Amino acid sequence: MTDLSTHMEHGQANLLADLGQMPAQDVTQKGRRLGIGFWLAIAFMVVIVLVAVLAPWLPLKDPEKSYVIAGERPPYSPSWQFWFGTDQLSRDMFSRTIWGARISLTVGFSAIAFGMLVGGSCGMIAGYFRGRFNAIISFVFVVLLSFPALVLAILITSLLDRSLFTISFTIGILSVAPVGMVSRATTISFADREFVLAARSLGARHPRIILRELLPNVVIPMSALALLGVAVAIVAEGGLAFLGLSVQQGITWGKLIQNGAGRSDLEDAPWIAFSPILVLFLTVLSLNFAGDRLRSHFDVKETAL
Amino acid sequence: MTPSADSAAFGRVNEHLGVSRTHPDEPLLVLDDLKTHFRTDRGLVRAVDGVSLSLRRGESLGVVGESGSGKTVLSRSIMGLLPSTAVTSGSVKFAGQEILGLPDKQMRHLWGAEMSMVFQNPLNSLNPLMKIGKQITEPLKLHLDMDRKNARATAAQLLRDVRIPEAERRLDQYPHELSGGMRQRVMIAIALACGPTILFADEPTTALDVTVQAQILELISEQRRDRNMSVILVTHDLGVVAGHTDQTAVMYGGKLVERAPTKTLFANMKMPYTKALMQSIPKLSDPSHTRLSSIPGRPPDLVHPPAGCRFAPRCAYARDKCHVEEPPLVQADQPDHVYACWFPVGSPEFQERDADLARVGGIPVGIEGAS
Repeated sequence: MTDLSTHMEHGQANLLADLGQMPAQDVTQKGRRLGIGFWLAIAFMVVIVLVAVLAPWLPLKDPEKSYVIAGERPPYSPSWQFWFGTDQLSRDMFSRTIWGARISLTVGFSAIAFGMLVGGSCGMIAGYFRGRFNAIISFVFVVLLSFPALVLAILITSLLDRSLFTISFTIGILSVAPVGMVSRATTISFADREFVLAARSLGARHPRIILRELLPNVVIPMSALALLGVAVAIVAEGGLAFLGLSVQQGITWGKLIQNGAGRSDLEDAPWIAFSPILVLFLTVLSLNFAGDRLRSHFDVKETAL
Repeated sequence: MTPSADSAAFGRVNEHLGVSRTHPDEPLLVLDDLKTHFRTDRGLVRAVDGVSLSLRRGESLGVVGESGSGKTVLSRSIMGLLPSTAVTSGSVKFAGQEILGLPDKQMRHLWGAEMSMVFQNPLNSLNPLMKIGKQITEPLKLHLDMDRKNARATAAQLLRDVRIPEAERRLDQYPHELSGGMRQRVMIAIALACGPTILFADEPTTALDVTVQAQILELISEQRRDRNMSVILVTHDLGVVAGHTDQTAVMYGGKLVERAPTKTLFANMKMPYTKALMQSIPKLSDPSHTRLSSIPGRPPDLVHPPAGCRFAPRCAYARDKCHVEEPPLVQADQPDHVYACWFPVGSPEFQERDADLARVGGIPVGIEGAS
């Protein structure tokens, strides 16, 4: 026993203390760049969002006006005058696609914001308190997940109206359960860490633990998921439009695609459907790519900690 | 101060507890028949099953036992940091006031301020997204109502107290920028921040490098002396207990099986389990390639604990009586030394069996090849 206590002498105490900082950290930081693809995706999204927001002030053709060329039958194919061609009523597809982004992006972002707010907070409460909260909330999630999405969407839009708000709300409801499940699982994985117990053992209250200790840790993986969610929501709007259930007023990508998706139009004037499809595809691809990169970026960080 | 005023002060757990008023000889913490059971699908897990002990201010107690002996649950039961599936009974008196089963709302005034805990894994016990300074100043603001500037200065002083170099700069660093040993020092600084009267150290060195272990234990002992604080050191390592505690309690299967002043325990252990734990420590004087002695078998199932002495199934000295009748805690020759064993080390029956075992060449307690 005596040799054990002599080990524990003062002398060593400060010796290793200076090694406190680990230079190795910088090396791993460098090894995990986000890559050029990520920044290209972000750049594309920034451009799309900017032109959508600034559409009324950009020198675009009027999306609702017919630009008939005397002696020619619309739809006109893409040309110097009409970059993306025109639709059957000779309206400019380029400016229509940009105006369509306004509603499509609004639906995408606000639906996921709703899902994050409701699903995310329910998931965190379920994951933190467990027990009865968890049982009830998980049950609601499972019910929401097993309810056919399309039937729910048709139900809500036919019972209410087809305003921008209702459509966003409908897609938002559909995103609550998947988002909530992830938020619950992420919370559970953090709630079991000792720092949460440590915070409790120092007298912190539950709301403080949830907001200050857990939320910042949960938000990071969730924000990556949010980008993926926006992509899904944009596509969902397109799906609803195809059923004639999208926003009644205004232009959306989904409505533009549907407008050009008639059989003869696809054969004779494919640009009507394909210009919004191309932009939607690139937007969703960027969102997915950026979201995915972010997710794996943060995953590495977690294991390194 | 009249006695009634004194008890009134203790009655207000909500207020800052008047611990300093406790008489120095009066124990700070008294456990009486503390039981913590967990309801599970398999049945009732008796993680802590009737533990009684007491601790004076400034004293340090080592709680030793294998994994699953209930030592961590014991410390969390005292602090009231248990999951909702736990059922507790018995009594935990802190500064004369019953605290077992108090709602969180009232316990919160004790947590951090009167009792705090250092956890096993410093890599997990700090919030990775919060700066060190923030994590230390939080409890200071919460319990001591300090303003930001004051709290920061105190935090820097705390970091210096736990011997972290460049304390000021560390306040603005994140946990991942520090090594494991440094993080445990930070954790200790956080636990000490509000000047608790009891510090629970739950295997504080298990996740650390051997060289750092000694420093951390020395730091805890030093802070205990400087702050006249009680320490409950939970560990599986008798070696850790030897150099750093006044009292040692040995737990097995949720029960206290031997308790004594640390010196007495090492000089004159009574319980074959304590002896077995002791023998499982490798000795520097042993020749190299000596077979490590281990205790055969596994810790008891706490849902269906064995009848009689819980250690009997694994004990080389067990006799029929041990398997049937549970031994009570009895007083040994020295004061403060209690143990629970029918045939303790040194008794005629023990000697007899020891001689038998030596003849057949078995290692006294650990039967070889059994791990």
